[in-house]
Amino acid sequence: MALRDIKRQITAVQKTKQITRAMNMVAAAKLKSAQIRMENFRPYAIKFMDVLSSLALRVDTRAHALLAVRDPRRIRVILMTSDRGLCGSFNTNLIKTAEQFMKAKANEGKEVSLIPVGRKARDYFRRKAKVIHAHADVFRKFDMNLSIAIGEDAIPAFVAEEYDELYLIYSEFLNVGIQKPKVVRLLPLPSIGGEDVDIDKRIDYIYEPSDEVLLDQLLPMYLRVLIYRALLETSAGENGARMVAMDNATTNCEEMVRSLSLKYNKARQQAITMELMDIVGGTEALKAG
Amino acid sequence: MSEELLLEIVTPEKLAFSGTIDEVTCPGSEGEFGVLRGHASLLSAIKFGELSYVKDGKRTSYAVNTGYAEVTGSKVTVLVETAERADQIDVERAKKAKETAEQKLAKFAKEDPEFERAKVALERAESRLKIAGQH
Repeated sequence: MALRDIKRQITAVQKTKQITRAMNMVAAAKLKSAQIRMENFRPYAIKFMDVLSSLALRVDTRAHALLAVRDPRRIRVILMTSDRGLCGSFNTNLIKTAEQFMKAKANEGKEVSLIPVGRKARDYFRRKAKVIHAHADVFRKFDMNLSIAIGEDAIPAFVAEEYDELYLIYSEFLNVGIQKPKVVRLLPLPSIGGEDVDIDKRIDYIYEPSDEVLLDQLLPMYLRVLIYRALLETSAGENGARMVAMDNATTNCEEMVRSLSLKYNKARQQAITMELMDIVGGTEALKAG
Repeated sequence: MSEELLLEIVTPEKLAFSGTIDEVTCPGSEGEFGVLRGHASLLSAIKFGELSYVKDGKRTSYAVNTGYAEVTGSKVTVLVETAERADQIDVERAKKAKETAEQKLAKFAKEDPEFERAKVALERAESRLKIAGQH
């Protein structure tokens, strides 16, 4: 019976709505905590840049292995996506950006290898690219150790000249509604700016070990800082995108319930009218008889 | 004149510690060093190991990962990638990391770069377990 079918459909859509609304709220909570983590990270990043740039002022960094500019024949790409779907076009955009970028580089005759981070990136490029080492199912709970692990796949290989340029593709977090795929070059490191160092704040330190050796240790750390920040932004972006997607889904569910209810009421009214006519017809017939 | 020293341990996750202390011992890359108030300005690399400070005669330990320490007369800023207080170290995870590293050590030849990496990982896990054990 049509009436019962419509009723069943309404119940189903209402249940879907409950789920999408719950997912929306979970994403909102996760976004909040991701933003807090970004906030907590700032003092570290600022302090780190202070010391690094004041050190870079004293040492000639051009000779350093991580700043070595070579003919870029072999490219390595770190691509970050989320582990889970249901977040709109978030992953599609990132993967599309990466694919175009890698294709363009390959067309220039360059050898491209990939370090996917996040399950979606791994699954998509599993057979489509030369994968060095995939990091999947990492975003639910991650810390600096993840950044260190990713760095392990990239930094020693660059120093050993296994490849010549390292790019990072991640989602830049602009605000809850807007996430933009971004491509940045990580290696060779662009020269480290010393412009905004406050001269008065510079203190003549005793360096232990020597300033050169210290820089040796700080430059890989700098890379890990950049990677970590990208991880944080991607994670925040994923939850922002999911929040918006689930909010839209909830609105769509409401819309569907409304139109189905209208249909249901119409059908119900029609059924009642029919029954009434039957009864009236019956009594008329009895009277006539 | 107080002999107090301000210590800050900053990690990417959070400000792990901030407060006045009497003395701090850091695992410098060139060897362990202690800092009291009035120490000459110093910038030192830190390798993984035990960082501990003394306050009111009580010693508190942290397991830290690579970073650096910046010392000025009255303040020590320690910037490390991870810092765990001895009583908060995840012993299970450290044990697991140790096992993985041991397996890798057995698997790879000495010349393999993986071997070197596994060795470092093993040392790191062992140092964390040791610090957790002291607590």
